[in-house]
Amino acid sequence: MSKELVTEAQSEAALMPLQGLDRDKLYNMLYQMILIRRFEEKAAELYLNERKIGGFCHLYIGQEAVAVGAMASLRKDDYVFSSYRDHGHALVKGMSGGEVMAELFGRIGGCAKGKGGSMHMFSREVNFLGGHGIVGGHIPLATGSAFASKYRGDDRVTVCFFGEAAVNIGAFHESLNMASLWKLPVVYICENNRYGMGTALERAASLYDLSEKARAYNMAHAHVDGQDLLAMYDVTNQAIERARHESLPTFIEARTYRFVGHSISDPAHGHYRTKEEVEEYKQRDPIKTFTAMLIEHEMINENDVKDIESRVRSEVDEAVRFADESPIPPAEELYTDVYIQPL
Amino acid sequence: MQFREALNQAMSEEMERDPNVFLMGEEVGVYNGAYKVSKGMLDRFGPRRVWDTPITELGFCGLGVGAAMVGLRPIIEMMTFNFSVLALDEVLNSAAKMLYMSGGQYNIPMVIRGPGGAAHMLSAQHSQALESWYAHIPGLKVVQPSNPYDAKGLLKTAIRDNDPVIFFESEVMYANKGEVPEEEYLIPIGVGDIKKEGKDITLVARGRIVNVTLEAAEALSKDGIDAEVIDLRTVRPLDEEIIINSVMKTNHAVVVEENWQYASMGSYIVDIIQKRAFDYLDAPIGRVHTEDVPMPYAHNLEKLALPSVDKIVKAVQETLA
Repeated sequence: MSKELVTEAQSEAALMPLQGLDRDKLYNMLYQMILIRRFEEKAAELYLNERKIGGFCHLYIGQEAVAVGAMASLRKDDYVFSSYRDHGHALVKGMSGGEVMAELFGRIGGCAKGKGGSMHMFSREVNFLGGHGIVGGHIPLATGSAFASKYRGDDRVTVCFFGEAAVNIGAFHESLNMASLWKLPVVYICENNRYGMGTALERAASLYDLSEKARAYNMAHAHVDGQDLLAMYDVTNQAIERARHESLPTFIEARTYRFVGHSISDPAHGHYRTKEEVEEYKQRDPIKTFTAMLIEHEMINENDVKDIESRVRSEVDEAVRFADESPIPPAEELYTDVYIQPL
Repeated sequence: MQFREALNQAMSEEMERDPNVFLMGEEVGVYNGAYKVSKGMLDRFGPRRVWDTPITELGFCGLGVGAAMVGLRPIIEMMTFNFSVLALDEVLNSAAKMLYMSGGQYNIPMVIRGPGGAAHMLSAQHSQALESWYAHIPGLKVVQPSNPYDAKGLLKTAIRDNDPVIFFESEVMYANKGEVPEEEYLIPIGVGDIKKEGKDITLVARGRIVNVTLEAAEALSKDGIDAEVIDLRTVRPLDEEIIINSVMKTNHAVVVEENWQYASMGSYIVDIIQKRAFDYLDAPIGRVHTEDVPMPYAHNLEKLALPSVDKIVKAVQETLA
């Protein structure tokens, strides 16, 4: 039973070109990254220019390789939890652009009938368990769904995404301790984008190498370049297999970067980070680097890329159309879903 | 049987009946429960159904919410509700809201149970009665029995309920004895019970204080005052009808609770009575409550802080004067 995973110790599959993944798989992963990107750009546009989306809206732009790589080897019946930066995870788990966009618009066709909003995407059908607004508050929940899997003896895995700022909150520590103590089938993925809103990691964490925190809980761990989709895929795949077949948890620190502000109302750069730094990270745009790699390996060509962009545009336009046409929730909906068993 | 045994039976019967029910909390297993409520359950059901936790209320309460999201039915024991405050984020921000935020997709069929309120000289941090905090939150149900019979029937119902139920007991009541039938029975949530009928004044109480109120009613009857004692049994949702019907009959009311006065459940009950039975009241509604202070350690001070037979009698006499 290995307790340590280190990125350098790649799996055997990782040593093969493109990890031995077939073209369809690679094509789909690129499609998903581009879908997330264009969806989020559209959401930003609708929020700022047309005020169709209100409240908080936390975009995933720049972090696409983490969600797509991490979730690529999940089954439909595996459970996924995310924080409030959840649109990307929701789409990758299998929710439709329409139900997500309509939720952003606050319409009845939204996945939560317009009662959740950006931070609370949910789909029982595809096992996306939210969408949570309190930093770290969902980490115990994910520990619970993993507990349920073990309790029932099924081999479902839970994956829990959160930001690096969450590793300082109590719920994180309490959860990892229990998951390790009770050997729960959960993969905790910390999306370290280096800034908790406007606070750089160095100003918040006493231990900069976050993956090391798992040592305190005797838990397998790794850090990985979250902008490298295939590295993300490999490390998470190993963790998922470990959870599924050995019922052991793993903590993965994915080093990534968001190209935009914490939320749509926050600046992309300014007091807390420089424009130059953002530009530098944009040079290593995960979509660009993955596309270049696929082209280099002759898995796809320029036409395929155009094709993907075109299909993504249609999918996003369709999502917006669906959302536009969906009515606002009727007034009675204010009072429904408070209890499933009202007395 | 004892109150604690009635709870033990309720949990055990429900765990036999439904394999999705499990118990989790500090010292519930090997130690047989800090207050022996879960005595024998680990032996009977094994470590897969009865879980001893580290001291990590937020963590294991949240774990319960997550397990409930995917269909298990956790009974989460809080050693006392004083410690439940640590878990409040998971109760307030997750359990109470999951169904609404998800547009009806994820209900939370869990029970959080444990003792609350003062015991004997446990001092400020171990003596708090917090059911009003939980009653304030839409999405939760809050139950507070006063005797073994109600405790068993209500806990079974709570475990079968598909929403989060916060279930308040009391250390002081665990040894109280009462009749509990052999045959299975359930008591519905949201329905109060008249523990003593009367015609002169309505006394509304819940939990441990029902027993104190009944003692006060006994003392009052010696002075020729015939009090009606309502045991709410459920704090949220409130059985308004039983209260209003009684006040329409007696024209006087005193609300008794072991809560601080300021913005408590009792103040909500007063609001309901004044709104719905204003024309039936012959006097302002009285209240008996814990003094607005942290609970002191010294025995005499603790007695002064808590509702008592004397305070209830005095409040009744003032209301009827």
